This record gives sequence, C-alpha cells and structure tokens, in this order.
Amino acid sequence: MTDLFAANLPSRHRTGKIWNILFRASTFVGIIVLVILLLTIINNAFGYVAFEYKINPDSLVIEGVPLEEMSKEQLTQVLQENVSKGLFRNLEHQQPFETRERDEIYGLILERVLDPQIVGIWNMVDTIQLSRQEALAEVIDQHPNATIEFMSWLDLQFLTSPQSSTVVRAGIRTAVLGSLWTILVAVLFAFPIGVGGAIYLEEYAEDNKLNRFIRTNIYNLSGVPSIIYGMLGLAIFVRVLNKLTSGAVFGVVDPINSNGRTILSAGLTLGLLILPMIIINAQEAIKAVPNSLRLASYGLGGTRWQTIWHHVLPNALPGVLTGAILAVSRAFGETAPLVVVGASTFITIDPQSPFSKFTTLPIQIYQWTSRPQDEFRSIAAAAIIVLLILLLTLNTTAILLRNRFSRRMN
Amino acid sequence: MTAVQLQSQNPTASKQIAIETRNLNIYYGKFLAIKNNNMKIEARKITAFIGPSGCGKSTLLRSFNRMNDFVPSSWAEGEILYHGNNLYQQEIDAVEVRRKIGMVFQKPNPFPKTIYENVAWGARINGYQGNMDELVEEALRQAALWDEVKDKLKQSGLSLSGGQQQRLCIARAIAIKPEIILMDEPASALDPIATLKIEELIRTLSERYTIVIVTHNMQQAARSSDYTAFLNMNEDRAGYLVEFGPTEALFTNP
Amino acid sequence: MENTMEYEDSQAIQASLRKKSRPVETMIQAFLFLCGALSILTTLGIIYSLGSEAMLFFTRVQWEEINKTLAAEIDADQTLIVLSQSGKSLYEDDIIRLQDEYIRVLAIGEDGLTVERGVQNTIPAAHPADIDVFLEVKVTLREFFLQKDWNPQIGKFGIWALVNATLMTSLFATLVAIPLGLSTAIYLSEYASTKVRNTLKPILEILAGIPTVVFGYFALTFMTPVLRAVFGRDVVEIYNTASAGIVIGILVLPLVASMSEDALSAVPRSLREAAYSLGATKLETALKVVVPAAFSGIMAAFIVAISRAIGETMIVAIAAGAGPAFTFNPFKSAETMTGHIVRISGGDISYDSLDYNSLFAIGLMLFFITLTLNIISQFIVKRFREVYE
Repeated sequence: MTDLFAANLPSRHRTGKIWNILFRASTFVGIIVLVILLLTIINNAFGYVAFEYKINPDSLVIEGVPLEEMSKEQLTQVLQENVSKGLFRNLEHQQPFETRERDEIYGLILERVLDPQIVGIWNMVDTIQLSRQEALAEVIDQHPNATIEFMSWLDLQFLTSPQSSTVVRAGIRTAVLGSLWTILVAVLFAFPIGVGGAIYLEEYAEDNKLNRFIRTNIYNLSGVPSIIYGMLGLAIFVRVLNKLTSGAVFGVVDPINSNGRTILSAGLTLGLLILPMIIINAQEAIKAVPNSLRLASYGLGGTRWQTIWHHVLPNALPGVLTGAILAVSRAFGETAPLVVVGASTFITIDPQSPFSKFTTLPIQIYQWTSRPQDEFRSIAAAAIIVLLILLLTLNTTAILLRNRFSRRMN
Repeated sequence: MTAVQLQSQNPTASKQIAIETRNLNIYYGKFLAIKNNNMKIEARKITAFIGPSGCGKSTLLRSFNRMNDFVPSSWAEGEILYHGNNLYQQEIDAVEVRRKIGMVFQKPNPFPKTIYENVAWGARINGYQGNMDELVEEALRQAALWDEVKDKLKQSGLSLSGGQQQRLCIARAIAIKPEIILMDEPASALDPIATLKIEELIRTLSERYTIVIVTHNMQQAARSSDYTAFLNMNEDRAGYLVEFGPTEALFTNP
Repeated sequence: MENTMEYEDSQAIQASLRKKSRPVETMIQAFLFLCGALSILTTLGIIYSLGSEAMLFFTRVQWEEINKTLAAEIDADQTLIVLSQSGKSLYEDDIIRLQDEYIRVLAIGEDGLTVERGVQNTIPAAHPADIDVFLEVKVTLREFFLQKDWNPQIGKFGIWALVNATLMTSLFATLVAIPLGLSTAIYLSEYASTKVRNTLKPILEILAGIPTVVFGYFALTFMTPVLRAVFGRDVVEIYNTASAGIVIGILVLPLVASMSEDALSAVPRSLREAAYSLGATKLETALKVVVPAAFSGIMAAFIVAISRAIGETMIVAIAAGAGPAFTFNPFKSAETMTGHIVRISGGDISYDSLDYNSLFAIGLMLFFITLTLNIISQFIVKRFREVYE
C-alpha cells in the first residue's frame, strides 16, 4: 500500500525550513529598513560644523565677558562698534534697541557682525570618529579661520525661528504654524461632513442604486492619488473660487499679492483628501454599535435622529475619533497636493488668518531636501524629526483610544 | 478510577491492536483534560467514544493524530503506541503520523478546489507515484460518492450537498491510504438521511480501515460500533474512562 | 354611555397615533444625505476640472515662431506666395498666420506655396515683405500618445517619456513590495506566534505612517549613495529612477503586507486543519491551501499597491530627477508623470499657458489609470471571492 508513495518527507521538511527562513527574513527587511531610516535621519541632524566668522567672536570680548554672556546694553554696544553708522541708525529707527529683546540683539550681531559661513559639515557617524582637530584639519587649508563647533540642528532656536535663507538661522516656525492652520481648516471642514456622510450611509440609506454608487464612489476616491486632489484644489479653490479663498469677498485681501493660494484653499483641498478616510472609518465605528442599543431606543419611542444622537453616536464616538486622528495624521504628512495648490516657496511671516499665504512642514522639508548643499540636508533631517515626533504622538493617541474603545466593547 | 475491561465473547481470537494508550494524561496548560487513559483499539473495527459534552472525547481523538499540537498550550504525559511506537517521542514526525492516521471533521471542510483536486491533493503532496485518476476513482468509490460525482469531477467541491461534502472529505482521507481513520462526530452536522448513509459507509470502510469515531449519539454508537469507550467528567472536569469494551456487552450490562 | 366613551377614546388614540410630520428629522436627513452626496460632487469636480483643462490643452491654438519671413510682398488675393528658406519646414494643411490673417497651405512647390487665403473667418489682406510667419500649433491626441518626447519649448508633447519613467519606478516598487509584502503576510498569518505578531504588526503600522517626503529624503540620502557604492559612481547618477522605485516599494510594502494578511486570516481554520490532517507540512498548507483560498484578497492588495506606486509623487520628485527623459536605464534620471506635475506647478506658471493646461492632461491620464486599477481590484474581490462553506 504505502509503496506507491515516494519517500519525500525529508525533502518536504527541508523545503519547508528554507521557506520559513525566507518568510522570516522578508518580515525583518521591513523592520531593518525602518531602523536604517531613523538612523539616517538622526545621523544627519547632529554633527560637527566648521564655521568661518567674518570677525572672530573672541575678539568681541568686553571686560572679559564673552559674547554669549553679555547683557543687552553690552551687546548693543558691540553692535554699534561693529556696524556702519547708517545701519545702526536704521535699526534704531525701526525699533529702538531699548525695547528689543536681548536675544534679538544677539541675533542681529550674529547676522551682521559675525556672519558665520558654513565651510564644512559632518554627520553624526563621522563626528563620532573624528576629533575636533582632525575635523579642523580637513578644512583648515582652504579656510584658515575656521572653527569647529558641535551643532545640534534640532534645538529650540530651530523650532521657534521663521524660515531664513541662511541655514544657521533657519527655523520651522512658519512651517509648523502653517501646517497647524491648514489642518485646522481641513478638520473643521471634513469632520462634520464626513461623520454626517457616514451616519447617512449607515443609518438612513436604503440599498438602492444611488446609495450603492455613493459607497463605491467613496471607496474609489480613497484610492485617488493625492496629487489629483491638489489639481482639483488648484482648479476650483484657487481659481474658480478665487474671490472666496483669497478673502476678497470679506475685504481682507492684500492688494498686491492677492490670489487664491491661501490657507483656506489648502485646508479645503486637504479636507477633501481626508474626507473618504473619515467616512470609511466612521462607518466602521457606527457599524460596530450593537443593534440591540438602537432597538431599545426605538422601543421607547425614539425617533431615528434621537436614537442616533443620544445612543449611536456616543457609543461610536471613540472609533470615529480614532479615524479622525488617523486622517489628521495622514493630512499632516501630505506634500504634493499642497505644492500644486500653491504653497509659498519663501515666507517668513507667521500666518495671520485663513487668507494668508502658507507653507507647511512637509513642504519645508521638501524644499530643503531639494537643495544641493549639505547643510540643507541637516536642517531637513531636524525638521523630519519634528514631523515624526508629531505624527508619533498623534498615532499613539489614536491607538490608545482604539484600545480603550475595544476594551469597553468587550 | 480504574477502567473496567469487559471480556469479549471469544477470548481466544487473536486481536491485532492498531493503537494503544498507556497512562495517557492530556493537559491544556495546567488543566487536565484527559486523565489516565488506557485503551487498546483493535484494528479494522469500529470503536466509538461516547460521553457527555466537554468530557474530552475530541481531545482524546485528536491526540491520536497529533492534531492537538496546534493548540499551543496542549501537552501530554504517558504513551500512545502505534505499532509499538510512542507517537509522542521526540523523533516522531507528526506530518508522517497524519498520513497514516487520517481524520474526518465534524463540519465538512472540503477545499475550495475541484472535486478531483480535493481527493488528489493529499496524495499528490505525499508524493504519490501511481495513476492519479485511478486513485481518485477508487477513493470516491470507497466513499460511496463515485456514481454521484463521476460526471462533474471538475466542479467545485463546495457545490455538493452537506452529506456529499462529508463523503468527499472521507474520500480525501482515504486517498492517502491511511491505516486508521479518526472521525469527530462526522454526521452531527448532517440531516438524518445523510447521517444514515454515512453510518452505512463507515460499516463498509471498517473492513479495510480501523475506525475510531466520536459521537454524542448513543443510539448511533450502539448501532454501528464494535467497541465503545464511555468517558465521563469528574469534579475537576478531567475526562476519564469509565468503561471500555465490546459494544454489545457495554450496552447490555450498564 | 360606555360605548360613546370608548368611541371618543379610540378617536383620540387614533389621532395621537397618526403620523406626525417631523420637520427637524427630515431636515437632518436631508443634510446628512448631502454630506454623503458631496463625495459624488468631488468626483465630478475632479473629472470636470481635469477634463476641461485637458480639453483646453488639446484644442488650444498656439502660434509658434518658425523663423520664416514673407519673402516678397503680396496683395489680398494672391494664392501663390513665397516665404524665406530659413526656419521650420511647412507641410500641406498647415495653417500659418501673416499679421491678422490665417492662411492654409495647400501645396508646396518649387516657386512657392499655393495657399488658401483668409481661412477661419479672417479677412485676406495685403502684407508687406519681411514680416514674420507664424505656424499654428495644436497638440493632437495622436501626438500626445504616440510621441516619445516631452519638451514644451520645442512643441513636443509626447507623453511616453513621462509614462515610461512612471512605469519604471512602479516596476521597481512592485518587485520590492510584492514578494516582501506577501512573505511578511504569510509569516505573520501562518507562522508567527501571537506575541510575535503583536509586536511586529505595530512596527509595520509605523512604517506605513511615515510621510512620503521622509521616504524621499531617505531615497536621496541613503538609497542613492548605496546604489552608487554598489554599482559605481559613473554608472548611477545622483538622480535615478531605481533608487526612487525601490523606496516606493518600501513605502508600499506595509500596505501589501497588511491587506494580504487580512485576506489570509479570513481563511477559516477548518481548511488548515483539513490540510494538516492529510499529512501536509505547514508550508504546503500555507502555500497550497491558504494562499489560493485568499487569492482574491491578495490580488486586490497587489493591485492597490501598484496603483499607489503609480500615484506616488514626493519620492520621485526628490530622488528620481527633474526633466523628462525617455530611457530604459534605471540608473539615469527621468521624470515621472507625478514628478512633472509637481515641478511645474511648484514654479511660476501662468494660468493661460499651454504648460498649465498640459498638467491637467497628464493628471487626467493619471486619474484614469489609477481609477481603472482600483475598479479592477474591486471587481476581482467580488468575482473571485472564495466561498469557504
């Protein structure tokens, strides 16, 4: 009987083991890549920088007090001594030095007097391997006045400064604020409509052709590339609805620069992009509400809306919120559609209103990454760290919410 | 409690033992599911396991073909001897065990493949060298299904009725030419007519194969089996063997 | 007495039971319906905005300066005119413009062009010598689809350069994401213990949440140097499609893995048990029973992944290169459809230029490709969904 079966068991087991290893290895590729990615970013965000100052900061010492520790009056004095009379008078005229902050004056000294140029930059790996002297040795021939400093590109100054064309002073404040403003607009627009749509589809819609079409349509929209949404935003919000989005309708427009490329347009575009996500997630949450709850409410004579508002929604709320947070997280990282809609390439003013020009954090990262100089690589890395931390916080909140939600259900 | 072994009517006939348990304890983690089981299952006879729900009949059955391995917390003490080999030794390959000891499940679970493929698949992966068409036909005939499906071998196995699906599963198990076929309540998901067909089939099959069948239907056990093992639960829900012996004797001497 | 009371009571009850109109409920329902229907508006908006601008692209007339002048002055009804030898050659049926008059070229002969004067509602007039001749340029569908090169400056609008680059990056992405993603899914679903699965799945989710611009950074600062180190700095350019493609694959990998894993987990345990009971090994059960049973879901995952890869923008914008180039060499720079759109729209463009319209033509094509893929994936799921019991 058993003769007709080949003795293939050992080879089958062998094959099984080989594939087991392959499957396992594939899984770990994903993890390894993630680790490498994070390490690369951290690697670029810290390291030695070789600065060349126009004037050696050590020469600006007053009574043995180095520049970093000087008081406002001492700094003002240093400034006066080292810039042209005309410039000093202009600055005083713009805003009297007495009323300025100490840090501001320090910044001015940095900008006008010291004017550091970056002549050499190393990433973290190299920095660990080289000593300061060795690093200095690499640039000293071309730049005899260079000094080596250890730079953490991600610092408080980075977070609070606006954009600047010099790398040393550049910060992400404008970009982060722009992101927050656009996301706010997007959520205010998409959340009510998205949840409303989900309620309609789950609680009211009969199974007819129109509603089935709406469902498939939403599913298809969630698969449309984000850049298409950008083009939609460009064509409709920026151009056709120009009067609305630029603020002309409300009379708050900047007469020189007015066009529809504002936070409002960006926010609405992002809102349309995340709308399918919110709807689909909210649908799942509403579907998960046990029907017995609805029946209890109807049984007591509740109307459909009363049932939804008082029973279904509160029960589905954690799930709906989780979906919304995930959608916000997605919107935070979107770049392409906003570039198409018209993010400004260089703005230093914080957004004032929905009708302001804008830039966002991912766009800032894109612009810095696209520059060829190595220094921009570093600040791009620092900006990425900020972005990733923001996203991590958002996603963790969503996951914690989801866990509490599922625990409650059980 | 010690099991009561009833003598068969003809004590001098030599019996061939297909599978034997010795002091078998089966655990799920800390929970003892089967306690101190000792049985000798005779070859080419039908042995039925009966007993109340939850007393461990399925657990015991699944231990014979090492299907319990798939429950992570399950482990066993004692021995299950198959042709003198303890199936729970380190060196034993569970995959090979399952080829020799086949199983039919409570709910028919044919593959979503053609009827032909359903029967042929097991043989194929085990390296069958002979004529596959013949093997498929023979298996289907033995399972009393050939006449009903011979014209639609290319149709999906799921297109058959419940009773036919179960017979397909039996044919599938037969195709790898096992020695023992374990059946876990094979007719409980079927209607009475299909059930009767299965019972007849089992009787025919026992001429070639050792059948061990779990059933909660006492009448079925009384009708169809040669030997019966009656299991029960004690206070801590461990399953123990109350009686084991020829069916007639067991049912006439309660 | 009792009868009348009963009668009054039942009248009252009937009145109270009669259907009330609840205006608030109806309004709310209407509002909610509109919310749902907004999605249709969005789709229509996409089709309309892309479509109308794309229409403009294909119907728009541009006058190209071709470096030709009128050789000798002509009067209003001459049908044989002579142009300078210099400049672009003309062909039959070309339409040229002299000042305000449009003229159709009927034949080209040795002594000059035979023309039809005053076409398209313009008035034939006399023209002095040495004025510039302009050629009407329209982008035809034929040119769009059959031409290779995209170079608006010289009037070339063939989409294949961009499509080719898109296909190349997507190909690399698919080669990375599908084997790795499916293997990961099989491992997580069939082999991994619950503890392992619960640690690995969140990690994959983290990978899935990383924004594409960060991946673009990664492609430029890690993947490209690695490729250059492995294959040589002269072989691999700084901007190349291979690097971008591989990283798109990494971007899409978690998507493939999680969708495939959902499909595999949906296969009921009883099928696996059946296979084991026949003496099948874990591998055989996984590959020959579970995967085929989950086929429709896995196929859908693949198609969604491809669609995502095609629509990906930032990674290619950062790492693949600027400027369309038709090349099959993955180590050279080339611009994809999406990269092109983002580069052009990120710069200064005027709303009425051919460039602007061309973006929408490309966008329309992109929309249709991804929409088709998504519809196919839905169709596959519906048609081939395995009925397990």
